[in-house]
Amino acid sequence: MKALFNHLKFSRILIGDWILFFAALLLVIFLFKTYWHVESATKLQIRQGDKIYSTLSLNQSRTLLIHGPLGDTKISIQNGQVRFVSSPCRNQYCVHQGWLRHSGQVAICLPNQISLELLGADKPFDSLNY
Amino acid sequence: MQINTTLDDHRVAKLAALAIGLHLLESIMPSPLPGVKPGIANIVTLFVLYRFDFATAAWVSLLRVFATSLLLGNFLSPTFALSLGGAIMSLGVLGLAQYLPRPYFGPVSLSILAAFAHMIGQLMLVRLWLIPHAGLAYLVPLFMAAALLFGLINGIVTSHLLAAYPKPAD
Repeated sequence: MKALFNHLKFSRILIGDWILFFAALLLVIFLFKTYWHVESATKLQIRQGDKIYSTLSLNQSRTLLIHGPLGDTKISIQNGQVRFVSSPCRNQYCVHQGWLRHSGQVAICLPNQISLELLGADKPFDSLNY
Repeated sequence: MQINTTLDDHRVAKLAALAIGLHLLESIMPSPLPGVKPGIANIVTLFVLYRFDFATAAWVSLLRVFATSLLLGNFLSPTFALSLGGAIMSLGVLGLAQYLPRPYFGPVSLSILAAFAHMIGQLMLVRLWLIPHAGLAYLVPLFMAAALLFGLINGIVTSHLLAAYPKPAD
């Protein structure tokens, strides 16, 4: 304990310095919490073609079949997440997207003209260009 | 033409040369993220603020910014603007922070405050002028964490330097 005290004295950090350091540390932690916060989504918006098919709560367990130009696409909602389960399209990109859970995430099946978008309290940018 | 120089001018020149050397040394070090740098030249600024006065520290800091940019060839470029903006902001904060009660607040406090001011100044310049993009906010915590870390280290180094080189009785 004495050794630690001597060490602290040797480091020449005064009491005000400690206070200021911890205040600054709190500020940095606050910044991380604010800017690196990923919001869980609460709602799911399904688009079919050029119209909104439906907006559903993610707080349910449900499987949907949505009809598109190629056939039926199967979507599953579970534990606040959603995914394409199967799709009649060739590339299966939408199925490979897997589970979506964060607000702003999107999965699109272009061939069958169906898209899923997760919504949260506020809508983050889905794309930015400059 | 002859410029008459005083002893003070020589002192400022010597200290600025030291700061320029440190800044150049740092400029060849690789950085994980543009903008994240230890800022070891600020140790000189802080040392001078304690050993001499604020005016000398301001001279040393600003001379360092101008001279280094000329040596590195980025005078009047965005890099130079960021460097100058950071230096002006941290000098402004140091100008106020030097009046904090000395028994409680040492070089470590001033160093952390100056590092924060430096980073905030640069981020504002970047946001308003160079990259007016909301996505920049994502990097703010990283930059501020780096400023805290390097501000702390530079402050401790300055304290030790001040103790190792006591004020000469002149």
